[in-house]
Amino acid sequence: MSETLIKVENVSKKFCWSLKKSLWYGMKDLGSELIGRSHGGNGELRPDEFWAVNDVSFELKRGECLGLIGPNGAGKTTLLKLLNGLIKPDKGRIEMTGQVGALIALGAGFNPILTGRENIYVNASVLGLKKKEIDAKFDEIVTFAELEEFIDAPVHSYSSGMQVRLGFAVSTALTPDILLLDEILAVGDRKFRSKCLNRIGNIKKKSSIIFVSHSMNYISRVCDSVIVFDKGSMIFHGNTPEGLRIYSTISSNEREIFVKNAPDILLEHIKLKKNKITWKDNLAFEIRFSSKIDIKQCILRVVIYDNGNLGIAEWQSVNYEKLYNIKSGINIICAEIPNLCLRDDKYSMTFILTQPNSVGYLILAHEYLNFEILNGTYGNVAYQI
Amino acid sequence: MIKTTKNVIVYTPESTIRHPLNLFRDLFVGRELAWRLAVRDISAQYRQTALGLLWAFILPLSHTITWIFLNGSGIVKVSETNLPYPVYVFSGTMLWAIFMDAVNAPLQKTTNAKQMLAKINFPREALVVSGIYQTIFNGMIKILLLMVVLAIYGIYPGWTLIWFPFGVISLILAGTALGLLVTPVGMLYTDIGKSLPLLMQFLMYLTPVVFPIPQGGLAATIYRLNPLTPLVTSARAWLTGLSTEHMQYYIIVNGAMLLLLAIVWVIYRAAMPILIERMSA
Repeated sequence: MSETLIKVENVSKKFCWSLKKSLWYGMKDLGSELIGRSHGGNGELRPDEFWAVNDVSFELKRGECLGLIGPNGAGKTTLLKLLNGLIKPDKGRIEMTGQVGALIALGAGFNPILTGRENIYVNASVLGLKKKEIDAKFDEIVTFAELEEFIDAPVHSYSSGMQVRLGFAVSTALTPDILLLDEILAVGDRKFRSKCLNRIGNIKKKSSIIFVSHSMNYISRVCDSVIVFDKGSMIFHGNTPEGLRIYSTISSNEREIFVKNAPDILLEHIKLKKNKITWKDNLAFEIRFSSKIDIKQCILRVVIYDNGNLGIAEWQSVNYEKLYNIKSGINIICAEIPNLCLRDDKYSMTFILTQPNSVGYLILAHEYLNFEILNGTYGNVAYQI
Repeated sequence: MIKTTKNVIVYTPESTIRHPLNLFRDLFVGRELAWRLAVRDISAQYRQTALGLLWAFILPLSHTITWIFLNGSGIVKVSETNLPYPVYVFSGTMLWAIFMDAVNAPLQKTTNAKQMLAKINFPREALVVSGIYQTIFNGMIKILLLMVVLAIYGIYPGWTLIWFPFGVISLILAGTALGLLVTPVGMLYTDIGKSLPLLMQFLMYLTPVVFPIPQGGLAATIYRLNPLTPLVTSARAWLTGLSTEHMQYYIIVNGAMLLLLAIVWVIYRAAMPILIERMSA
């Protein structure tokens, strides 16, 4: 069960920036294709062209799942299109063994005027299923998509989530040897996403899967190994945690820093004692602000975000039975978040000072500071116990 | 591009033209899909309309009315036809509409399927074949109406009617070949799609659709050289029981169109990956 199903050898693909030139190159390529010349010419870039996929090689065996990660425009989808035979490589060689299923677009081929039932038949035959196979799988598809009541309603009355459910259910009704998945979990509610992940897990036992996603959670959950792409080139190929760390270093987080003060309060600064710490270290900080009035029993909260702006941890002074009494004049609060068990990555912090039982805040310093954890652990998830 | 040995597919930059046999295999594989796509498009095409099937012949009908008016009022003087003029115009425009449908279908089907083409690998030929099915379906509606009109005018075709399907098939064959010829370039440059109706309009007046072949002069030569002339006149003659002229030219045109179709079919197939890359839907 461990034969190699996908073999990619030094594959490159060029694209063109300029539309007019792109169309003209298309005409030229058409001409050279028709006189039997190889695609991609002499392998040199023409004016305004760039390598969308540059010298990519890898192999994938049955039962393995490979994640493709990288910033937008790094060449992930282009690589999937090459693997699926939609476009031709300009250099290199791709070998695919067995039946290929691809979910590059869910619900492609849905006609909004026709009913869900009619569309299942059309969509499934586009994917290469015979009428008999569709008949046999029909109920399973409808049940999986949870569309029993709406199956005879036209598809334009479906919500986008319902269309995605139907598309995913149809596409995965047959178990291909190779499954290519492009950002399929971006829509759909939580329940359906977990159903999808389970189904992907089942298919994985018998197939090779290539999975493209911007959600590092899903990548770490389903992928055994990852390839990190940047500007068309592979910059890393290896185990998932290491890959996630490398992706995190090339995709610097855009912080949205802003500070809001209550009318009587003015934040002067917040400082970290150290902004580079190791696993299980404490993170000490100091907040300095001025106040025109006395306020008793204030709570300080610190929220920690990972590199993908996902909130992953929160520290609240009230949990440590620590409340602050603010006096008019300059105030300094020194505190320490103990025992930060986070994997190596960059993090940002939001500081919030509030009064108990109050909706508003005295100070909100959004993603005000960042810190880094070094020399510690890699891992699939941020919190490393 | 694709070599198959035991379920292994290989993609390389090599030209598709070097392996033409794969094209015919895909045509076979895609036959069920073609049928399903045709059923999808036929059942969708009239569902969101109030006039329904009327759309199948609304254009030839308006042409007919226009020309009956122009001729009847004496604005345009059409020379004598061997059929009552309304029958001549109506049968001509109906047959021409079938030809037009066939010309438009490949580019239209391929353009509409852009999203699907860019994201799913399915036998691309199915699009063209489904277009032909749809043209035949819409053509049958037109022919039924045409028969009714003929019966009203007391024109019964007789035994020549058995040849009439060949006339229609010739029109669809020629239309598909010409339509498929412009599709690859039309997918890149929208100029083709925009200029096609203009060109077709012009071509219609060079074919004996709304008025008969002129008796002499340059126009007569153009009419006789026009390869569509034998197709339209033969189909009309078989339907109305008139004697057929231009039979030799009719057979030559059909052979040429069949050859053209085979060539443009291969071109269409080879062009597809290049077009998908450039349109990147």
